[in-house]
Parts: sequence; structure tokens; C-alpha cells
Amino acid sequence: MNQQIDEAQEAEPMETEQSTKKRRVVVPGEVIVSGEDFLPSEGARREGQDILASRFGLAEEAGRVIKVIPITGAFIPRRNSVVLGRVTQITLNGWVIDIDAASSGFLPIDESPRFINKNEMDQFLAIGDVVAAKIWSINVRGIDLTLKGKGLGKLEGGFIFRVSPNSVPRIIGREGSMISLIKERTGCDIGAGQNGWVWVQSDNLDSQIQARKAIEFVSENVHVDGLTEKVEGLLNK
Amino acid sequence: MAFKRIDGRKNSDLRPITAKIGVIPNADGSALFAFGNTIAIAAVYGPRLLHPQHMQDPETGILRVNYDLLSFSVNDRKKPGPSRRSQEISKVTEWALSPVLDLKEFPNTVIDVQIYIIQADAGTRTAGINAASMALAHAGIPMRNLVCSVAVGKQDKEIVVDLTKAEEDFDGGEGPTDFPLAKIANTDQYTLLQLDGKIPAERVSEVLTIADQAFANIYEAQKKALKEEFS
Repeated sequence: MNQQIDEAQEAEPMETEQSTKKRRVVVPGEVIVSGEDFLPSEGARREGQDILASRFGLAEEAGRVIKVIPITGAFIPRRNSVVLGRVTQITLNGWVIDIDAASSGFLPIDESPRFINKNEMDQFLAIGDVVAAKIWSINVRGIDLTLKGKGLGKLEGGFIFRVSPNSVPRIIGREGSMISLIKERTGCDIGAGQNGWVWVQSDNLDSQIQARKAIEFVSENVHVDGLTEKVEGLLNK
Repeated sequence: MAFKRIDGRKNSDLRPITAKIGVIPNADGSALFAFGNTIAIAAVYGPRLLHPQHMQDPETGILRVNYDLLSFSVNDRKKPGPSRRSQEISKVTEWALSPVLDLKEFPNTVIDVQIYIIQADAGTRTAGINAASMALAHAGIPMRNLVCSVAVGKQDKEIVVDLTKAEEDFDGGEGPTDFPLAKIANTDQYTLLQLDGKIPAERVSEVLTIADQAFANIYEAQKKALKEEFS
């Protein structure tokens, strides 16, 4: 099942591509490029002749389009992101789920993968249970989640821990390469949510610890080149 | 006799600046900024849901600043907890920073900024604003620009920049003057202007000129600290 969590995540745009695009760190208000030919995208704006950064991050020039990729900060929910969350409340028609964002997520009973009797909701998801869910919509009332999709659902056993949400794309790797490497070597089931929550499960305690260490290593060394080789070395020890 | 500052600096010299980000691992963004012996640390949390609910604004997120001079930061232990002074400084810091922020993307939320002065030797609000501006950038909050802040003062008739506590207490000649300023970097927009003491109106432009040079140095230090961490 958890193989599938990552497949669901692969649909997301990857920020880890080691492409030939020019990148550098910029501070808010810094001029990235000058000239009429460029178009400001996310995190950038135009002021007269100049394209300026509107936030701290990595400025990227992709042809004429300039954007600033976040490298720090809290999780900002986006549509279609797969997140891990914990059930905090059961209401008449769904579950309230803490996804570590500014507002909590709501999972309506209709968005569960099979029919659930309203009187037996806690048999499917009880308070404290951990789920992998997809953000289905973000509106003024809050964040709506769904469990309909490949690899989504309740996560049984194991443990969860937090890493920086900005390092999650690197933990997953290009087309899931990094996370499948760690899974393969440690024999653990691993799920990473875009909100920075990571779930690890295995029968072997040592390999769980090893998997967690490897993930934390990736999270702390996001900007290092050749990270896959280093993680491999770490796992071979 | 020519005028000489207590610590031998030139009138336009700042104390040595220390700037660093990521000093508080559990915060979404954090920074340390020091002018000599004045050390401020700032932590940013959020955007997160705002409580009490009646303060929520459905059109935009809000900024909430808390400035605190810690009890061990001064020679005579300061009684801990909020005071009239710390409330005032929290408020002016909030006003100094909010013009650069754009929180329209985060309705009903708050961005909490905690500023702690861990060692005080005058100029704590300005060091706090510098630290908070870096911490907000580090937390990835959308902002137009960084904010730089410095205090200018008067020693008798001499206008000097970045006073120490000893200079601030100077009471010869025309008496002590403290003039804290904050400016949006690379613009001519001031977001903080306070005055404690006396200064002739025609000398204010002199103050702004001398401060401008200091702002440039502070901005470079802030920029360097932010970039260093990720290269």
C-alpha cells in the first residue's frame, strides 16, 4: 500500500531536478534580473525595469520566467498535496484532521474509500489515528481532504516524526528514487507527507531507527550535491 | 579639543555587527542580530490560526510582535514579564515591520514574532527590528524588502550613530538625545521614527544622512547572513 503513497506524490511537480537552470539564493527585495524580456512568476514581482524577489529562497530562471523557490518556512497547503495528519475530532459528517497547517483539515465521510456507517465512524478512523490524505480543495471554510486515491488511507503501526516541509521533495527524490532507496535498504514502509510528517513502519526496531536517521540526514543536507551516494554510504554502514 | 567618542569610534561608525539565521531550530524562522554588546534574537512562528478568534481578519493575516528584555540582560536584574516599555516597543516594532509584509494569502492567520534581548547595551529596539526582519525572511514570509534599523544620538552638539548605554546616559552640554530609525532597505521609506531628547529641526537631515550609511552596512550584514546559510 505504501508503495502507492509515493506514486500518488509523484504526480506533484518535483523541485529536486538537478537541471541546468540557473539558481541562486536571493533575499526579499533583491533584484534578480533587469530587462523587459522577463516574466515574474511565483515569489517574484516587477518594479519598473527590474524583476525583484518577493520572498527569501532560490531564484530560478527558466527561459523568460523568473520564480523564487522556497527553501525555508512553514508548510503552506496546496491543492493535490498528499499530507499525513492525525485525527483530532469526529463530527457528524466527517473527521477533523490536524495536518500541521494554519487551519485543520476536514475529511468528509463521503470522501472515505468505502461506505462508512455514521454510527461506527470511530471503527474506521478513531481519534489519534494517522492517515495519509490528499488535499482536495482549499476554501474560506478550511481545507477539505479526501482518501479516494491510490495509496491514501489509514497508516497502521510504526511512528511519525517531523522534518522541514521544504525538504520533502528531496526526501522523495526524483520519481521517488531517494525514498525507494531508503525503503529497499532498510526494509521499512515509509510515507512522507508534503507537510513534513514522515511515517516509518517495520517489525525491526533497528531498521526503523536507521530509516529515520537516513531521512533526517537528507533533510539536513538538502543543498548537498550527490546526496544519493552519501545516503547509500550511510545505509551500508 | 576635537570631539572623541567614549569607545573611540568615529561619529558614523557602527559597533561590530553579528548576524546569523536559524538560531532557534523549532521556529519556522529565526535570527540573531547584535550591535556590539546588544544582542537580540527573534523567532517567527506561522502563519498559524489566530486566537482569540475576534482578532481574526478574513481579508488578511496579521502580524503580532512581542518584545521582551530578559531579566538577565541588564546589570541590575529586570523584573521579568511585560511592562509599559516592552508593550510600546512591541507595538512600534509591529508598525516598523508590517509595511513590507504581504499577508493577503493567509486570511484569518497570525504571524507571531518573538524578540528577546539577551544582552542589552542600548539600541535594543533597533537590534530587535533587524533580527525580526531577518527572521521573517527566513520563515519564507512574502515581503517586499528587508527592514534596517539604527539609532542615532547626540553627544552635546555632535551627531553620532549607534549609541552605547554609556553614551545614551551622557548628560553634558545639550543633554542626551536618542533618535531610533527604521527604513525599508533600498528605498527612502521610513517605518520607525522616534525621538527622545532634543534636536534642532534643521539638523534632522544631518541625522538621516549619517543613518543612511549605517543602513547600508546593516543591510549588507543581513543579506550576507541570509545567503551564507544556503551556499
